[in-house]
Amino acid sequence: MSREAYQVPSTSGGAYTGSGAPGARDLSLSEGPLMQYICSDCAVKMSLRKNDPIRCKECGGRVLYKERTKRMVQFEAR
Amino acid sequence: MRPTTAPSEAELDSRKIVGINKETVTDVTSTDFPGHYPGEDNSWDINTFSSGFNVQFHQNEQFEASFSLIGIDASLANAFRRILISEIPTLAIETVFIENNTSVIQDEVLAHRLGLIPFKGGKEGLLDFLKWWRKPEPGADQYSTTFDFNTVSLELNVECTKNPAADPDVESDPAKLYHHANVYAKDIVFTPEGRQSQYFDGDKAIAPVNPDILIAKLRPGQEIRLSMHMHKGVGSDHAKFSPVATASYRLMPTIDIVKPILGADADKFARCFAPGVVAVETVTREDAARDDAYEGHVGERKAVVKDPMRDTVSRECLRHKEFDGKVKLGRRRDHFIFAIESTGQWDSDELFLESVKTLKLKCKRLEKQVVNMVR
Repeated sequence: MSREAYQVPSTSGGAYTGSGAPGARDLSLSEGPLMQYICSDCAVKMSLRKNDPIRCKECGGRVLYKERTKRMVQFEAR
Repeated sequence: MRPTTAPSEAELDSRKIVGINKETVTDVTSTDFPGHYPGEDNSWDINTFSSGFNVQFHQNEQFEASFSLIGIDASLANAFRRILISEIPTLAIETVFIENNTSVIQDEVLAHRLGLIPFKGGKEGLLDFLKWWRKPEPGADQYSTTFDFNTVSLELNVECTKNPAADPDVESDPAKLYHHANVYAKDIVFTPEGRQSQYFDGDKAIAPVNPDILIAKLRPGQEIRLSMHMHKGVGSDHAKFSPVATASYRLMPTIDIVKPILGADADKFARCFAPGVVAVETVTREDAARDDAYEGHVGERKAVVKDPMRDTVSRECLRHKEFDGKVKLGRRRDHFIFAIESTGQWDSDELFLESVKTLKLKCKRLEKQVVNMVR
């Protein structure tokens, strides 16, 4: 095997581990804040946690947008 | 020193002509200043100026004016042009507060587009009531200098929704399929503050000059929610404050037919110019009697200059051999044909008077400084 072979990230790395470590996944579900995302395909709003799969629950689309800030943004009209 | 002499009228006229040749332009600078012609006093004099100066209007519509300033130096005419473009104040959108913008157009681009929209409003309010807004001191509150007499607020709230009455299988026009698919300048709402409701009520309200300017396009689910502040500004700060779309001048063209152009040549000569500049007429008995060159040509066609102002000075006639030495092109150096197109906040004829006022004010300020300097 070459030394660049893919290595499954450890749970402490914080990345999605898939089915590699089912025990660790259960733990991460209750972890981290709930973030709102918008699907690029069907515009449905959904909330995801840190280790959730990046996937739309309705259409399966893998491109998700972060929501725009609720704060006012000021611009100079120049 | 030689005694003061007076040059002939023809000589004076010829001094004002810029020569336009096939490949060169001659005598571009004015020569009517002291010391240029020996024995002549060409110092500037208010009486000489006012007796020689003349204004002629060619077109005077609300937003488009064209007129001639005759007998003025390029330095002054150019000063008026520059003041028109960059020193006459107008009201324009200066800050945009975006609450939500889910359209495809980016916030900063949207803000820039909004800034460029020309607005109109009651003249009294715009000129007398509205004053200059100045930036608050560093550390002070952002709105500490914002009052009803220097800031106008506007709002733009649009949301795109599906039109249930339209059938998507039949209809393909987004403007009919959806409500508010296009955001236009007319969707901007003026929200009067304080005394603004006195100055800008009814048809004097602050509103875009052209209501059909497209600002953004939306699709169902997208919305634009923002408010704006307008301030007074000048064109030297940003082009959006410039009250004119164009303010330009050109010099009066002259076409001098030195030797008669007759017969088929006359038609060809007329075709060398823009329509209406050169006409073809028949040589009359009087012409022949007056001018030796026309003798024996009575009844033939000849080219005559009808309206040199419409000439574009394309120099086409200089390219043809048959007109060699028969025509002289030029421009009058002291005849400026101004064209002013207002963006809508001012009337075009007001604009020129305002530029004169501004120049006068600047001169007075300079005079004061000079007097102080001497003291």
